[in-house]
Amino acid sequence: MTERVQVHEPFVDPAQQHAADMLGMYIFLASEIMLFGGLFAVLFVCRLLHPQEIAAASKELHLWIGGINTAILLTSSLAVAIAVQLARQGSRRAVAISLAAAAALGAGFLILKAVEYRLEYSDGLLPGFSTASKFANPATHLFMNIYLIATVLHAVHLSIGILLLAGLVWKLLRRSLQVPKRASVIAVSGLYWHLVDVIWIFLYPALYLIR
Amino acid sequence: MHVVRPLIFVWAALMSLLALTIAASFALTGPLSLVTSMGVATVKAVLVYWFFMHLREEGGLIRLAAIAGIAWLMIFFFLALADYATRSSS
Amino acid sequence: MTSDHMVDAASHPAQPGIAETAEERVSYLRAGHTLGSWLFTSDHKRIAILYFISVTFFFFVGGAAATLMRADLLTPQADLLSDEGYNRAFTLHGVIMVWFFLIPSIPNTFGNFLVPLMIGARDLAFPRLNLLSWYIYMLGGLFTIYVLIAGGVDTGWTFYTPLSSMFANGNVVLAATAVFIVGFSSILTGLNFIVTIHKLRAPGMTWGRLPLFIWSLYATSLILVLATPILSVTLALIAAERLFGIGVFNPSLGGDPLLYQHLFWFYSHPAVYIMVLPALGVVSELVAAAARKPVFGYQFVAGSSIAIAAIGFLVWGHHMFVAGQSAYASAIFSFLSLAVAVPSGIKVYNWTATLYKGQISLDPPFLFAMSFIGLFVVGGLTGVILAMLAVDVHVHDTYFVVAHFHYIMVGGTVSAYFGALHYWWPKIIGRRYSLAWGRLSAALIFLGFNLTFFPQFLLGYLGMPRRYHVYPPEFQVLHVLSTAGASILGVAYLLPFTYLFYSMRYGKPAGANPWEATGLEWSIPSPPPKHNFAERPTVTRAPYDYTIEYEESDD
Repeated sequence: MTERVQVHEPFVDPAQQHAADMLGMYIFLASEIMLFGGLFAVLFVCRLLHPQEIAAASKELHLWIGGINTAILLTSSLAVAIAVQLARQGSRRAVAISLAAAAALGAGFLILKAVEYRLEYSDGLLPGFSTASKFANPATHLFMNIYLIATVLHAVHLSIGILLLAGLVWKLLRRSLQVPKRASVIAVSGLYWHLVDVIWIFLYPALYLIR
Repeated sequence: MHVVRPLIFVWAALMSLLALTIAASFALTGPLSLVTSMGVATVKAVLVYWFFMHLREEGGLIRLAAIAGIAWLMIFFFLALADYATRSSS
Repeated sequence: MTSDHMVDAASHPAQPGIAETAEERVSYLRAGHTLGSWLFTSDHKRIAILYFISVTFFFFVGGAAATLMRADLLTPQADLLSDEGYNRAFTLHGVIMVWFFLIPSIPNTFGNFLVPLMIGARDLAFPRLNLLSWYIYMLGGLFTIYVLIAGGVDTGWTFYTPLSSMFANGNVVLAATAVFIVGFSSILTGLNFIVTIHKLRAPGMTWGRLPLFIWSLYATSLILVLATPILSVTLALIAAERLFGIGVFNPSLGGDPLLYQHLFWFYSHPAVYIMVLPALGVVSELVAAAARKPVFGYQFVAGSSIAIAAIGFLVWGHHMFVAGQSAYASAIFSFLSLAVAVPSGIKVYNWTATLYKGQISLDPPFLFAMSFIGLFVVGGLTGVILAMLAVDVHVHDTYFVVAHFHYIMVGGTVSAYFGALHYWWPKIIGRRYSLAWGRLSAALIFLGFNLTFFPQFLLGYLGMPRRYHVYPPEFQVLHVLSTAGASILGVAYLLPFTYLFYSMRYGKPAGANPWEATGLEWSIPSPPPKHNFAERPTVTRAPYDYTIEYEESDD
């Protein structure tokens, strides 16, 4: 098993390289958690300062679109997790198919998100583009601003994830990424995808389900 | 197939938790709603970390790195709350 | 004939340079001569040199801004800078010194160079990420230079709202972008160090045998990774506030300006420890080498680095005692701030105990370490004074605070930076420099520093607020003293670069271990070969196992 794995500078054995890659990615994810954590802090403080207004504003959001999007992302995470298992068994085509499915689900999320923004625009709820007079009170406006920033930042991360998975699929099809020799690459990239999912797991109730 | 089946169970659990949190949003309000929705989200995140993100297979160091971010965030939340929860609104 | 000629050359200083040594020929310095071989290197030693050059450049840019301020403060009137110009000078001084000098200074130069050498690795865990980190730093640096040319920014380095979001008319968004970018460089470096220290230690290099410099860099990296992202998102919110008026920090939309200060200081107070922890690590190395004794209480010195990093996250509210934070929160933060003094105190006591009865060398690096200890104690004790809720109300936003943090940042970190430079220079370049000039600059820096900043304690206590350049005439004497000290300090900071530069060509070859110190980095040739270690080292000895020469005691 071990002799089938490539080792590059400055590592001495595959186990060390795998452990370093995993640790590096997990530390990067910790910094991503802190990045979004700042936004969550802002959101919770505003909610503490204006509980009624924020709850009313949250009810205006499209709960079901957000819910379907959550289901889409959870399913995409399943596809990535399956891809990692398949990669360890060395079935190249199946890995490519699962990763492509995950990327496609991610793209579906973005399309549905765009539809949702379009609906909010026609409801007059999208700040910056809609006229401010539609907002019931300043706190609603503030909440929609935070909503927009948080969801756009998440969409940016998701787009990076889609590009990452698409790149892996491309390399798998061109055989420049070999499984199970470099299954570790898929596991480490998968971690990023799952984190983007986990962030949405928290964003969904924190934005859509305030009651 | 035997490695994929547990993953599908996890996915089913995640979907049920999603249904639960949506249902709870129609029933609960105020702090109870916040605690429930964040609690359910935490359980979902733990499932994703444990099964999908390989924490089950990894050693203590990786597990520590996985919780470092959220632990540090709690420092911020609690100490900032020490200000917001006790600030006099004059 | 030939041997006569060689003796003559060695005794005659006017002869052009000392010839290349065999060690230099195979060293990392000669592993490629093109500009590309430097700009596209993934060798941690070369990246350290790239950082050294760029960090030094920004040190002098930030120093130039300080020079302008000190010159303007010579008289009570505004005679050199306009009000706006003065605001822009101190903002750029702060932004450049904090993010482009102090934070990357020791970690990215000496840390990059020494982490693999000290733990017995060939490189950092992710060499190309390391190079990327330097490019991100330079991109942020370019933005800063552009801000400088475009007229600067006038918010102070803290970018406080609502000044920065609603009223300031400088290049706030661009300056915030520069700091936002350089933050990613910090995160990548921190990540690289943590993974390297965990995964690439040589066989036998247990946690209990790690050099204390590595311990302190590990603690620093934790802060870099966990605190910097909060700054990134906060600066992004400032930019969004200015560009789109999102209202998070604007009370008229229901936002809270104090929330900015919470977020900012949650990063920026730990950032103070990013700046000083590596310096504490350097001094631990220097103290052991100066006294030629094992560090007293190794475990406590190592553990105190981690404790400082952890407790450093719990104290940010002491910047907000007079800002409208709740009195309960202030009391909690005041107590927690006092707690940081405990691990800092442990370090100072243990260094002192290490020096006790040692045969203390007074070579330049060790003079810098001694002046660090003195200045750090003054800076630390005044920090304890400032952590007291009631006292802080009196001296908040005065020169007392300015003097306090300059004792830590400049007296502490910059002294340690120069100490590290004088200690590891023979390893980095492979040549010896003039010890006499080294001692002179250490003495001048200590003298100039105290003359600059001690009067500022008095100024602050008497009520001179910070960030003003027009002041009542009774403060002039102390301001003149401070400016006089600053001119000594300015010359003293330039001095090392002359004789160190001179030593690159005319210095005698240093040999592998000129200070006869312990540590893996001294076991390989100077300058180190491209791949560091000919074969993977195995560590069998405790750190700092200097052989102590016991003398017969008379008493």
